[in-house]
Parts: sequence; C-alpha cells; structure tokens
Amino acid sequence: MSTKRTIEFTLNGRAVSADVQSQWNMVEMLQGVFGLTGARESCGQGLCGCCTVLVDGEAVTGCLSLAAAADGKTVETIEHQEQGGQLSAEQQAFIETGGFQCGYCTPGMILMAKKLLDENPDPSDDDVRHYLSGNLCRCAAYPEIIRAVKRAGEIRRG
Amino acid sequence: MAARGTTVIGHSVPRLESRDKVTGRAEYIHTMRIPGMLHAKVFRSAVSQGRIKSIDTADAAAVPGVFGVYTGEDILKVIPEPYYGPAFHDQPILALGKVHYVGEPVAVVLAEDPHVAEEAAQLIYADYEELPAVYDEIEAMTSEAIVHDELKPAGTFPDLKHLAGRKDTNIALDYHLRRGDTEAAFAGAARVFEHTFRTQQTMHTPLEPMVTLAEQREGRLVLHSSSQSPSFVRIEIARLLGWPENKVRVRVPFLGGGFGAKVYIKTEALAAALALLSNRPVKYAQTMEEQFYTISKHPSTFRIKSGVDGSGRLVARHCEVLWNGGAYADIGPRVTQKSGITAAGPYDIENVSIDSFALYTNRPPAGALRGFGIPQLVWAYESHTDLIARELGVDPLEYRRRNILKNGRPQAVGTTLVDTEIDGVLDELARRMNWTAPFGRGEGSIRPGRGIAVGFKASISPTTSIAIVNVNADGSVIVHCSTTDMGQGSDTVMAQIAAEVLSVAIDKVIVVHPDTDVTPYDMSTLGSRSTYHMGHAVKLAATEARDKLSEMAKELGLPEGSNVPVDELFRRKYGMQAGNVVGTGSFIPPYKPTDHETGQSPEATPYWMIGATGVELAVDTETGHIAIERLITVADLGTALNPEIVATQLSGAAVMQLGFTLTEEMVYDGGQVTNANLADYKIPGFFDMPGIMENAVVEAEQKSGPFGAKGVGESGTFGVSPAVANAVHDAVGIRIAEMPLTPEKVFRALRDAAGQALEEA
Repeated sequence: MSTKRTIEFTLNGRAVSADVQSQWNMVEMLQGVFGLTGARESCGQGLCGCCTVLVDGEAVTGCLSLAAAADGKTVETIEHQEQGGQLSAEQQAFIETGGFQCGYCTPGMILMAKKLLDENPDPSDDDVRHYLSGNLCRCAAYPEIIRAVKRAGEIRRG
Repeated sequence: MAARGTTVIGHSVPRLESRDKVTGRAEYIHTMRIPGMLHAKVFRSAVSQGRIKSIDTADAAAVPGVFGVYTGEDILKVIPEPYYGPAFHDQPILALGKVHYVGEPVAVVLAEDPHVAEEAAQLIYADYEELPAVYDEIEAMTSEAIVHDELKPAGTFPDLKHLAGRKDTNIALDYHLRRGDTEAAFAGAARVFEHTFRTQQTMHTPLEPMVTLAEQREGRLVLHSSSQSPSFVRIEIARLLGWPENKVRVRVPFLGGGFGAKVYIKTEALAAALALLSNRPVKYAQTMEEQFYTISKHPSTFRIKSGVDGSGRLVARHCEVLWNGGAYADIGPRVTQKSGITAAGPYDIENVSIDSFALYTNRPPAGALRGFGIPQLVWAYESHTDLIARELGVDPLEYRRRNILKNGRPQAVGTTLVDTEIDGVLDELARRMNWTAPFGRGEGSIRPGRGIAVGFKASISPTTSIAIVNVNADGSVIVHCSTTDMGQGSDTVMAQIAAEVLSVAIDKVIVVHPDTDVTPYDMSTLGSRSTYHMGHAVKLAATEARDKLSEMAKELGLPEGSNVPVDELFRRKYGMQAGNVVGTGSFIPPYKPTDHETGQSPEATPYWMIGATGVELAVDTETGHIAIERLITVADLGTALNPEIVATQLSGAAVMQLGFTLTEEMVYDGGQVTNANLADYKIPGFFDMPGIMENAVVEAEQKSGPFGAKGVGESGTFGVSPAVANAVHDAVGIRIAEMPLTPEKVFRALRDAAGQALEEA
C-alpha cells in the first residue's frame, strides 16, 4: 500500500535525509525518524495547531502535510528556537507570563508568535488573536498567551 | 494570609517544568516510541445495543503488515474476567456477547505501521442482532430497553455493595437524602416554585488524546500512560491479571490536559492485554474522535422544587437529579452520590430531600469532568434561585445573601460548614460588578444584561495520599508523589510545600513524576483534592525529614537550633558527601459515611470549595447571539499557595465551562455521535474569550489545610452557566432551561416570547 522514498531537506539548520513512507505526515517523520516530539498530533484535522512546524518559513499543520513534501525544503521546529542554551524571546516571554498550563499546545503557539513578530514587531491584542486563531488551548491560557506574545515583542525590540 | 512571613509558600513561583514546556522537550506518552512496538487500531460498534452474531476478521488479518487481529474472545486467553471499572466491573476490554453503544471497542488490529493497522481495522465486519436501545435519562428510568442484564458493583466502594445482582433496571445507583420534614414544609409554604433544567453531553477534549504504551519487562508489565490515576491503574490491572501489585508498573510523565477524562482506567486495560497477547510492546493512542467514544460529561435532568415562607425565606427544597451515565458506569455512581449531597445548593434550608439517580443508557460512557457533577447541579439550582428572586421581586444578590449558608450551620447532608468565606465571595462579586449602581439597558437590537451565580463543592471523601521526601547529602530534595501534573501546576506546589518545611530554595527541590515502582499510593488526581490531600502528605513527609535532620544534629553534639548547613551535617556524620534522610507522610482526612436511609453524615467532607461567577453580556435580538463582555470569577480556596497558578486555574476553568455553556454539545443521530471532531464540536478559541476576564480570590484560611489551602481546579466552573442564563434573562426576559445557550435556542425563545414561534427545522 505504501512506497518509500528518500528525501533531502534542511531540518533546524542542518542538511538531513530521511527514508519516508508515502503516507507519512510531517509529525510522524519528525517523531519517528528524528526523535523530535515538539510537534504533536491532537485533532488530526489541522484545526488545533499542536503540530505546527515552519516549512520554508511558512507555518504549516504537520498532521496534514505529507512528509515527502519536505523534500528540498527548509523545515524548522520548536526544537530550533533555543540556541546555544539561550531561549528565544518568545520562549522567555511564555515563561515570564505563565503562557501555558499543560504545555501540549505550547510549541505551536510559540512558533506562531515568532512568525507574527517577524511580520509585525508590535502587535495589538487583536493582532495576536487573529494571527493565533488557528491554535487551540484547552487549558484556556489565552489571556496569558496574548500577554506572552506582546512581551516577546518587547524583548525582541530591546 | 497564613502565608505571610514564609519564603516560598504564597509566592508565584514559576512552574518547575517551564523550560521543558517551551522547548517542546516535556514528555507526553502520545509522542513516545519504543523499539519493536506495535500500534493498536480499534474497530468499533456501529449499533447502540445488540448481540454479536459474528465478527469477520479474515480480510483485516490478510492485509500485508498486520501482526494480528483480536476480539473479546482473544482477550479471555490472558484475562478470564475482562471486566473493569472503578465503581462497577461492567466494562469489557473488548465487547463480549453484546455491544452497548455506537463506538464501543469490538476488535483491534496490531501492526508496526499505524496506517496499516487503521486500513485493516476498516476491513473488519461484525454482524449484530439489534436490540431496543435507550438514550435519554428520563426514559431510562422506566424503559423496556435494559442496558445491562445485571448490575455488577466493584468491591472498591462499600456503599455500592447492596446493588449487586440487581436485574431489569437501568438505575446503577440511587442516592437519597432526607433532612427535616419536606412534605410538611411544602404544605405550610407561602409559595412553591418548581422548575426543570437539563444539561447536554459534552467532552473533555484534552489536546493530548488518551494513550497507553504497554510493554513486558522481566516478567512484569510496564504501562506508560496518560493517566490521572496511576495507583488505581496498577491495582486494577493487577486485579484483572490476578497478579501482585508490584508486577505492574505504571508511569506517567506530563499529561497534555486531563480534566477528568484520564481518571481511573481508560486505555490501559486494552493495551495491557494486547502486550500480553502479542508479546510485543503495544501503543494504543487514541485519536481526538475516539475520545468522544470513550468518556464524556453526564447529560442531566434536574427537577427542583422550593417552598418559601411569607418573607421569602427558603424553607423546603426537593431535588430529583437524573444522571445519564451512558453504557458503562465509569465513576458515574460516585458523581451521583458525592455531588448529589450538595444538590440543594449553598443555602440554609431546614427541610431538604434529594433523590439522585445514576442511569445506564446506550450512549458513550460519562464520568467526571472538572467539577464531578457540580456544574450540572449549580446550573439548575442557581437558575432556579434567580427565578424565585424575580418572582418575589427581590434583587437576586440580596435574595442569595438572605438565604446563604453560614459557617457553623449544617449543610443539608448534615455536615457543618466551616472555614468558608461564602459571604466574602458574594461581597467581592458585588463590589466588582458595582451591583447596586444602575446598569445600562442599551437600545435597539443589542441588549445588555448581567447575572450572577454561586456554587460550592464538597471534596470527594475519604481519600488517601502518601508521599516520600528524600533529602540528599548536599541538601537537595526529591519529592516522590503520585499526583499527576496535567497543567494544574501540582509539581510546583508540592515542591513549594517541601521547600517551605525544609527551609530550602525552590530550585533545590525536584518532584518525581508518578511511577508506581517508586512513588507511593495516591487515590487519584481529581476533584481539586491534590493540594489539600497530597499537600498534607508532602508536608508530613518533609516534616519527618526535617525532624530526622534535627535528630542527626543532636547526635552530632550540636546545640538545638544550630545553623549548621545540611550538607555539613551529612559530611560530619558519614565523613564524606554520603547518605540521605527519608521522610514519609500519609494523609486521610476524617470521614463518616452517609447513612443509607437519610443520606446524612456529620463528616461528609473535610472542606468546602466556593466559586461564584458574574457575567455581563449582550444579546443580539436579531440573531440570538450572546457576546460575553465581562466574566468575573471569585473563589474561596483557602490560602493561595501560588497566586498566579491559582488565577490561571480559575480563568481556565471558567472558559472551559463557557464552552459548555455556549457551544459545546455532542450531537446524535440515534446512538451515533455525528460531531466527534474539533471542526464540528466547538471548544473555545481566542475569539471566544470574554472581552474582560477577572479572577479574584477572597482572603480565607482552611484551618485543616496545608498552609491554609484547599482546592481550586474546579471552582471556576461552578457558576458560569447559570450566571449566563440569568444574564440573558436579565437582558431580554427569556429563560433558557437547557444547555447549551446557542444562538438558535436564544432566537427561538425570543420568537416564542414574541408570540411568533419558529417552525422546527
């Protein structure tokens, strides 16, 4: 039922290759081949954002994206946000403001926060709500997440 | 505040696991893989009630890559009596003989590749002789359709034993409370009010779906599981297998949410049986859809009747509550009883009668969801209270104040209310809402309204927690406890308690995640019990360790109160950095069981949790849409041990309950749930947040609690639904008595009120 192929792409700044089954999605590849568990499946429909990864800089839902489609692309995950032991501005801000409870949705929220701040360094509450509206948090840490994103903007602006 | 002068308690220490959560490194079983593991995919029943005539697994077994296909008959080879459950041993690991709801597990495929297992599971065919089914809790009281042939209560709870062997009934448990003379009081009442309120079936939807990975090691079973109840899982799996407890190991890292979905036993029994049958590690990871077929929140029907005297004082109340428990009891009978005791609300009423029934129906099972039944009760009694106040022409807040239960007075169950700040909660709510000031009524089609509600909860009792606190030779501390951190921050609070007792900095303390090989027994992480029960156990264990350190200092000839650091003590005793000191603590609060006839107990709960909600909203009369403009949560949780975590518990609970109030509902076609996914089952997102959210804690102290604390995880849910319904009534004069308050329901009620009823769709 399935065919295997070898793909090559850039994962978190490094050139990698992987043998992937045609039916695998991005999350299965990241977890199964690379041991990266920050992108997680939850709703399985691309509605909750727990599986968010960045492909060529665009946020995609890893549970709906085929792994094979990463061939030749640049993939970035939550595991690449901490550099040399230094947390990113978004990660620091999520800790400072308590922007999570169970933490399952947090990687997706943080990647979306980074994307938003790349595009809009000083977002309003409403900007944050709109940009992150594809991400769900069942613990409902939404007020703290909005504060975290704005705080991350402050940290980034210095 | 009791916390004053302390160094760690009462401070908003950041969560211990913060860094792991923001880097994606935090461990969840749903992402766990081990070499050689097989994936399990379940084939589920398509009928509500029926006898299994045949199951054809040949096509599935022939799919290349399939390791094996198993049915209930196969499970019998490793577990001869494969029925499990915390209250009743009624749930088979895979259906045997009969199926009882659409979505019940019937067969399972194992394969290395989950896609292969999934494809193969779709090639299983089952043939059933369909039997009459019942879905509604009212019908289930008297229906011809009987879900189970015979009741099978577990031995766990002595107060359920009398139910053994009952036949021809769907009533899994009936709880009755009798206080005073309700009949005479109704006869003498100046006015009597009677209403019926209903709630819908909803689901927890933890974003990490339920999962267990089971493996055999050294002749034992190891279950890596997303469980809120590791100790119970160990006992239950050991019971099913006839093994000693120490041959089963249950380990739980972080949970991606729980909310009651993951209490007691869910995916564990199937994974355990499959690991034994296949002799391979087996991962049974549910999808979001499968969670809807596994556990839910009870739909309920609550008929409530109250009598008042000439001054409007409540003198009598009768409550009849029907809990729709679905096809398997899960913890429903405990919800019926343990929440049933508070069905009459936090009011001082001399004459109360309560009849609370747990019912079997042919729906997916219902259990505990953030409140253990309390939100369903508060929905009814606080909607009812508001209607009485309106009828009597008394301000709803004032009416509550006149009738509220005070400290020192017995609650209907016969247990005295102590250490609550219920008046303070109402005062704080009134202050924040500026209740006595005029409230704008708006104009046109957008109509503002406001409403309040207050609820309370008795802690599930009696329950035990045990902890171990280990002080290392360098003075660092390891806390061993089986409380599961599912986002509520229990690791952090337990570390705070140990740090406080041992006078060490918080970063000197780590908390071992539940692992039944090394963390001692805990009843479960549920019912807002951990801070109080496990907090006590950790405090006792840390105190014992501290006393042992003092003893050590004395042995070494140091004067009492000497300031020699802990690492120096160990060095002097052992001549090097060596040794450790272990303290243990075991806690069970005092409890007296409720009398079977009267439902009375002088000690039914160790503490009472209070939660109140104020809502300001606007109803769009052209669409029926409700916009929540302000949501205020006020709680009495004793002393807040970590104020920021407490605030997020309150707001998180309130928003979750707002979802249940406005949008969430499992929709059925017959017995088939038709919206078992997050596209069609709408949980709150960023745009569903109230315009303003306020969370307030009144200053209080639970004298019996660790550092004055009691529980908080559920209190934010209590008042939300009735406060919204009361505010809608305030805005547009209509009363919605059945949750959820969808725009369609509101719009239809508006048209009904205008004498222009819409036709049924």
